[in-house]
Amino acid sequence: MSVESLKCKECGAGYELGAGFACENCFGPLEVAYDYSGLDAAEAKRRIQAGSQGIWRYADFLPFTGRPLDPLEPGLTPLVRADRLAERLGLEAEIWIKNDAANPTHSFKDRVVAVAVAKARELGFETVACASTGNLANAVAAHAAAAGLESYVLVPANLEEQKLLATGIYGTNLVGVRGNYDDVNRLCTQLAETRPWAFVNVNLRPYYAEGSKTLAYETAEQLGWELPDRVVCPIASGSLFTKVGRGFQEWLDLGLVEGGQPVFNGAQALGCSPVATAFAEGWDVCKPQKPETIAKSLAIGDPADGPYALEQARRTGGAIDSVGDEEIRAGIRLLAETTGIFTETAGGVTVGVLAKLAERGEIGAGERVVVYITGEGLKTLDAARDSFHMHEIDPDLASFESEFATQQEVVA
Amino acid sequence: MAMSVTVKIPTQLRAATGGDAEVEVSGSTVGEVLDAVFDAHGDLRDRITQDGDLRRFVNVYVSGEDIRFQQGLDTTISEGDEVTILPAVAGG
Repeated sequence: MSVESLKCKECGAGYELGAGFACENCFGPLEVAYDYSGLDAAEAKRRIQAGSQGIWRYADFLPFTGRPLDPLEPGLTPLVRADRLAERLGLEAEIWIKNDAANPTHSFKDRVVAVAVAKARELGFETVACASTGNLANAVAAHAAAAGLESYVLVPANLEEQKLLATGIYGTNLVGVRGNYDDVNRLCTQLAETRPWAFVNVNLRPYYAEGSKTLAYETAEQLGWELPDRVVCPIASGSLFTKVGRGFQEWLDLGLVEGGQPVFNGAQALGCSPVATAFAEGWDVCKPQKPETIAKSLAIGDPADGPYALEQARRTGGAIDSVGDEEIRAGIRLLAETTGIFTETAGGVTVGVLAKLAERGEIGAGERVVVYITGEGLKTLDAARDSFHMHEIDPDLASFESEFATQQEVVA
Repeated sequence: MAMSVTVKIPTQLRAATGGDAEVEVSGSTVGEVLDAVFDAHGDLRDRITQDGDLRRFVNVYVSGEDIRFQQGLDTTISEGDEVTILPAVAGG
């Protein structure tokens, strides 16, 4: 069992395991190929259970020969049953929240960055970099600091202040680009041609993307080596959505779990919904959009993995839906009120789409549904502003009692 | 009118241009410019296009703007424009 090569997802051409991301024949994305012959499922499970308390417990399924050094190991985030959320949505299904805000820099991006930075060190890079909508910049800056590497993180200059502050603090070279994410991404693709840097989501993208599989592995392990019936997952570039599917498929193929793929429901913001639009129109490719949404972490107007996300939603009998800014705010609030989990706007999108599916009657009684919450509410505080009322009183009992006179029972 | 433009070739395609990172050609639309590039470097045609259209992971920009926001291969070229070919990259 070993990591073998890079392989083009479009035409199948093979490449050596270096820093490369696009096929020379057809420009298709490269993906890591493994040789799992000889893998014993029971032994693999034992190795996982005896492993670390984070993503490196799945090292056998990641592109390394052993467990890399990683001072900021992410993963093993809580999977919590959300009965009160199900009740509020009128569902008789089992709803589970995978709270990936509980990572070192409070988003699922720690998973992909941990893998990419470990690979960057293995390949001898001294500087890591990224194009980011915010969470990735956060994670790259932190993991580079922990690993003692220099870093450059490029983001749209108009990002949420919380994300900029929580990134710059790590001593990175924070670059705000006057443009949207797709402009930043193009610039980084050009920079990657001349700078001797590891751009985690450009020239190291095949490895980086593998980190998202750990969300699938954890889900299966935390459900007692079973797969859910349905997942609801946000879509920005489409990479997370497709890699969660790949993670489930690998374990199905290798016999670590039984059954079939869950139904995949994708979630986008209405103001940046190229994949949801393509799904609704029956297209195989996405038409790029100029993003206009409060869900900035999902604001990718030209999602490179869009075609694969479309295939996956269709193949599993799922769908890709979008919700507007008000539904996003309502989703954030609903999750907070029913589970105690405060998510960022991307999570509001995901919960908003869950609510939409519930309303359409698509989620059957007894279904087991896993909802991926990918980021932390403290990073997008503006979305919570004006959504509730604060009682302001003088510091005396009379003032409190008059404020709550109609609401509070006084204990005699 | 045919304009003279510089076309930036990405690293992955330079084997087909003898290592050149830029190609100077002329044309009045992106389609004409690409045809001129293919005339000079025949190996590029099949790598970039399929059945006369751009392959789905190929992005083309005219002076920084994605041609899918303009008129695709019919996007007109102005004097001094720079045409950039890049592979699509997923992000986050």
